[in-house]
Amino acid sequence: MGGSDEQRVVMDAAAMQRVLRRLAHEIVEREAGTAGLAIIGIHTGGAYVARRLVALIAECEGVTVPLGEIDITLYRDDALSGLPRPVIGATSLPFEVAERKLLLVDDVLYTGRTVRAALDALNDYGRPRRVRLAVLVDRGHRELPIQADHVGLRLETEPTQRVEVQLAEGGQEDAVVIEPAAAERPAARLVRGPA
Amino acid sequence: MIFRQRHLLDIESLSVEELTAILDLADRFLEISERPIKKVPTLRGRTVVNVFLEPSTRTRVSFEIAEKRLSADAVNVSGAGSSTSKGETLLDTVRNLEAMSPQIVVIRHQEAGAAHFLAARIDAAVVNAGDGAHAHPTQALLDCATLRRAKGRLAGLRVAIVGDLAHSRVARSDIVALRRLGAEVRVTGPRTMLPPGLAELGAEVVPTLAAAVEGADAVIMLRIQAERAGGQCLFPSTREYARTFGLNAAALAGADPEAIVLHPGPINRGVELAPELADGPRSVILEQVTYGVAVRMAVLYLLAGSPPVE
Repeated sequence: MGGSDEQRVVMDAAAMQRVLRRLAHEIVEREAGTAGLAIIGIHTGGAYVARRLVALIAECEGVTVPLGEIDITLYRDDALSGLPRPVIGATSLPFEVAERKLLLVDDVLYTGRTVRAALDALNDYGRPRRVRLAVLVDRGHRELPIQADHVGLRLETEPTQRVEVQLAEGGQEDAVVIEPAAAERPAARLVRGPA
Repeated sequence: MIFRQRHLLDIESLSVEELTAILDLADRFLEISERPIKKVPTLRGRTVVNVFLEPSTRTRVSFEIAEKRLSADAVNVSGAGSSTSKGETLLDTVRNLEAMSPQIVVIRHQEAGAAHFLAARIDAAVVNAGDGAHAHPTQALLDCATLRRAKGRLAGLRVAIVGDLAHSRVARSDIVALRRLGAEVRVTGPRTMLPPGLAELGAEVVPTLAAAVEGADAVIMLRIQAERAGGQCLFPSTREYARTFGLNAAALAGADPEAIVLHPGPINRGVELAPELADGPRSVILEQVTYGVAVRMAVLYLLAGSPPVE
């Protein structure tokens, strides 16, 4: 399954647009409107997806939901391992977090560690009424008990594969791509040993 | 990110990319100090020892706050230099520190070279918080960060540094950092307080306050450090000093209309800096203090990672 050696496009630009539109509708339906809602993207891919969801919700509901972005580098459980040190992105939450209904957005849900870090980070800004999670792609292989409330696409993947969400904001054409195990990273396979 | 340093001992060791990386990071860390909970878990379980063997309040407090906002375990070792030979005292300190196996040691010492001495003999990363008249890299970094934020750039900025350059590690580190980042630096002070070698650092030495301040985008006033002069009389009186090299509104009139005033503190009010300027709208002295914490967080974060593989 998915054992191909080549890069494979699993979502093109048109499909991504449809998926995002469905997610926007789903979110508004689940939240029963937009009152008290704020959307927070995880730096950087999640922040782009969050911005698009806000725009799509504005299209269908006529309301611009407050938008924030959060960088989780300082909350990572591996923040201090390895050099060079990771660059820290911007965190900007231009609204009161306390008592708000938050929707956390990321591009890919994988181990769950990023989401765990983001939840910790959010707590330092206040106590939200609740937090839900929306992701464009869920590729499985969770290492923490974390699940998304809204999923654009569920993908069966192997741990050695790379799932890349390419977005126009990042200078590429919109697409979700599965890449085979990177040649320069064979260590991951060695560490894991035979399955 | 290009940051390959194991210690922060002086500005000279840092490349332009590394200097810029620290300033960029400091801008990010500034935001943490504005949150309801001013703490991130990044340095959890890491021990930082602050060795301040020379009196210091604000630098020590600034480092301590930076360490606590990163969740490091901060321990303070203080004590002014004793009458025993300085080399022995420091070696003793090194041995005691190693027994505590900290990840980072922040050291302030009255002797130039103390931080280098320590770095060569200990496993921990060493941050120089001021050694004699040699270097005070985090002060220079916070000055650069404050200037960059206030003026939007450092390249091409005209900066005047005025006062006691002979005893100022701040001035030396400032000159090197500002020159490296593309600013022009003019310096002045009483002739007894102008050491040789300033031109070699890239600063233009001018004879009067008016010449230094003329057209400047920023003026960094240095503190008169009577405690370092060793009993020598370097200027006739504080009143005369204030008249010739003290900055007041009239003297600042020769600078750019938008010029800002910096001072590393503590200020001798009415000597090197008139109170109305220190407290006025063009003073960024309190912004310097705020940036001090952010810059030190950035440095601690950069040095706390696993050591580079040689």
